[in-house]
Amino acid sequence: MSTYTSVTDQDLRAMLETIGVSSVQELFDRQIPASVRLGRPLELPAGMAEQDVYTHLRELAARNVSAEDEISFLGAGMYDHYVPAVIDMLMERSEFLTPYTPYQPEVSQGNLQVMFEYQTAISELTALPVSNASVYEGPSALASAGYLARLANGRPRFVASAGLHPHALETLRTYAAGFGAEVVEVPLRDGVTDPDAWAAAMSDDVGAIFLQQPNVLGAVEDVAALTAVKPEGSVAIAAYDPIPLGILVPPGECGVDVCVGEGQTLGNRLDFGGPSFGFFAATEEHLRRMPGRIAGETVDTDGRRGFVLTLQTREQHIRREKATSNICTAQALNALAGVVYLSWLGRQGIVELGELLLQRTHYARETLGAIDGVEPLHAQPVVREFALRLELGEHGTVEGVVDRCVAAGVNPGLPLERLGIDEPGLLVAITERRSRADIDRLAAVLADAVAAESSAGAAREVVGA
Amino acid sequence: MSLAPDPTLTIFEAGSPGRRAFVAPGTGVDHVDGLLPERFRRAQGPRLPEVSEPELVRHYVRLSKRNFDLDSGFYPLGSCTMKHNPRLHERVAALPGHAKLHPLQNPARAQGALELMWNLERALGEVAGLPHVSLQPSAGSHGELAGVLLTKAYHADRGESHRTKVLTPDTAHGTNPATVTMAGMEVVKVATNADGGVDLDDLRAKAGDDTACLMLTNPNTLGIFDTNIEEIAAIVHRAGATLYYDGANLNAVMGESRPGDMGFDIVHFNLHKSFTQPHGGGGPGSGPIAVSDRIEPYLMHPRIVRRDGDGDAPARFELLDETNNGHSKSIGRLRGFHGNYGCFVRAYAYICSLGAEGLRDASEVAVLNANYLLARLRKLGVLEQMPLAFGDLCMHEFVLSGAPMKRDLQIKTLDLAKRLLDHGYHPPTVYFPLLVDEALLVEPTETETKETLDGFADAIAEILAEAADDPTIAQNAPYTTPVRRLDEAGAAKRPVIRQPL
Repeated sequence: MSTYTSVTDQDLRAMLETIGVSSVQELFDRQIPASVRLGRPLELPAGMAEQDVYTHLRELAARNVSAEDEISFLGAGMYDHYVPAVIDMLMERSEFLTPYTPYQPEVSQGNLQVMFEYQTAISELTALPVSNASVYEGPSALASAGYLARLANGRPRFVASAGLHPHALETLRTYAAGFGAEVVEVPLRDGVTDPDAWAAAMSDDVGAIFLQQPNVLGAVEDVAALTAVKPEGSVAIAAYDPIPLGILVPPGECGVDVCVGEGQTLGNRLDFGGPSFGFFAATEEHLRRMPGRIAGETVDTDGRRGFVLTLQTREQHIRREKATSNICTAQALNALAGVVYLSWLGRQGIVELGELLLQRTHYARETLGAIDGVEPLHAQPVVREFALRLELGEHGTVEGVVDRCVAAGVNPGLPLERLGIDEPGLLVAITERRSRADIDRLAAVLADAVAAESSAGAAREVVGA
Repeated sequence: MSLAPDPTLTIFEAGSPGRRAFVAPGTGVDHVDGLLPERFRRAQGPRLPEVSEPELVRHYVRLSKRNFDLDSGFYPLGSCTMKHNPRLHERVAALPGHAKLHPLQNPARAQGALELMWNLERALGEVAGLPHVSLQPSAGSHGELAGVLLTKAYHADRGESHRTKVLTPDTAHGTNPATVTMAGMEVVKVATNADGGVDLDDLRAKAGDDTACLMLTNPNTLGIFDTNIEEIAAIVHRAGATLYYDGANLNAVMGESRPGDMGFDIVHFNLHKSFTQPHGGGGPGSGPIAVSDRIEPYLMHPRIVRRDGDGDAPARFELLDETNNGHSKSIGRLRGFHGNYGCFVRAYAYICSLGAEGLRDASEVAVLNANYLLARLRKLGVLEQMPLAFGDLCMHEFVLSGAPMKRDLQIKTLDLAKRLLDHGYHPPTVYFPLLVDEALLVEPTETETKETLDGFADAIAEILAEAADDPTIAQNAPYTTPVRRLDEAGAAKRPVIRQPL
């Protein structure tokens, strides 16, 4: 058993004597009724030495196929971008890893300044004037923005594009069921939010509209056109992928009032889905309805520049049931990775990366779309991800295609049905780690897999019959 | 306090136009113009910093030295459980099989991750004394939201949607009432009795047909274990409501007493507290919940299912969600994917290291250390100026009231806290819980040595003695930190929350 305590027998005797009790158990006996004492050991395995725990955790890790083990085109919300080495080094520093929320600003200036820099970077990226210090992750950030809209106008209906990631849409529904709003979903047409159905869904009782850029099929939405038809007084909320914002017109210039998004792509690991961070930026109008921590610049009693947590009268520890949110956790460490990543990328780098992904994504869609039995699901502009439809005959399955590709060392992307999309197809994501050679390899493997699955699917059926 | 005093420019003020760290790889493909229609193209790129890698590293390393951290010193922040963060956890979480695993990898190729999560669910369920666990919530407050939404779904399913009131004691964490409002319910406060527990008469008067839930922390934020817990559970259950356990203080009772056995229906864990996830300067956290049989049908997606193998075949783990027959009564999702897996790896490593005996030992020493520190302060006469708010013993933390100190020595709890910074300690939580005047909430945790506790007690005694001579010293503290007291009122009045460029 490992232990991180340090009480020796001698310590124990001295401590008990000072307290004036005869045993540690007496402290529990005198405070907890016997009827609710466990009275037996927990049914858990015995503790292990550090090296044995390492071995066990390594064995579990070895039973996962990570993005290092195959050429992976998986995306749909989290992406295998390169994380620069400086981020590992900084995140492991005790001074960033082990403090708590900066309640004592005099000894937390590092943390607070990081928050301030992060807020500035997110504000620049989104072209919106205010950002908080981060929230949990992407989909819950979108749902929290819904609560902000609820506080802003109290209206009972939300209109949401089917282009939202299904996890975001379901999270929004779950939150909205709590605070009491109905979510109306508007379908896609030709890969983007159907503009006619969207306009038809608008009415005076709509409190917020929700869309995603690029949408779940990788298509670039005409955000300015979609926000232009929102009802007066409602809140336009959009979830953005931050990576293409070097080349895509930013939400602040498209009529978006609140921009949220998943921050994993900004210097954070995949980690099987978390922890990462959610970003949350807004127009000035919504500053005092924002959830979460916000750092602000100020001076100390000697006139020196410093930073503090600010606008705390929004927050739960002061306002309790009247707070604008229950959130008291930023994702400070993950947001640190975010601002270090954006600084590493830099002013030119973010444009260059966006352009690189645009070019390679186009190449990949053209190349894969030329395969027999494979075609793009839509013809909209794409910047980092796209959907394909597969023709697999009567009996072939997309999962069968994926299995065949994986057997050849390439994970070709996510079956659309796993996103709840009723199309036989794949969502294929491109990062700067997927080279042209990787894309060409995927094309070769996918062509074989689709051909084999189309005929083998039929053969399986014959054998089964 | 030995932190870097030098003022630091922001990363936006550092650097120079044209500098960079990132070098883009070649695209490898023929360049095509016009892929993005002009109306979608950004005219002017975001004005991100322009720095070289050496500048970047130096900037953030220097900033880090302006932080106090747990690895450098004592951090007795009440209700936050600042226990040691073993470095093994960082090592195993960084293994590529964990750290570089895509959340949408086919579950058949993520069996190690799902087994880890399943094992963690079972272990947390055993600690809580409740059989069903969802790891999904991202933090304690997120777990609370899950709990209140589950309660709402449970009542709605029974045709009792009129149950809209959630009872919270006045000692509750601020997240409890804030969560209730977010979930569309109404907060009703319950008073505290003379012993620091729930006032039973007030509870009886308020628990009724419209009550949905009672949210309770036990031991509560006063460090007091409510000895009436079984009676409280009976009152709440007789009224037809659920009983919710805020797990912020679970570190006091692991292996000693279980919320499920006390009668709780829903429990949230703070993996970043009891199970020692590093706090990261305020996140990430992780707030799994455990629930009873009657709440289970409403749990969030996705759920992990274990299927026994045929014969000698190993068990298989599956993920059930909205796309593949997840439970029809589920409240849905509270976030994307499966939760903060990186936190699960660390918490699981911790449980594997300690085992049943080690977890109980952790709670025992946490309670021992808190009582020892309290006794030391008593022996040094500190409690004459700062009496214990309730009781004479405590669980894993205790609350002192600085009211006599403020009256007799002219220094407030805030002044004491700031002066502690000069002594090299992170102060305890101040001004919480709200019902104690000039509150100081102290939680030493089990991983501190007796010498550290002795040193901290001496420092407090010294500050009080100093204040008796000259209160202005504490009133104007700190003196040795990178900055001194900051103008928070000014910051809120004229918010500057981003760098003007």
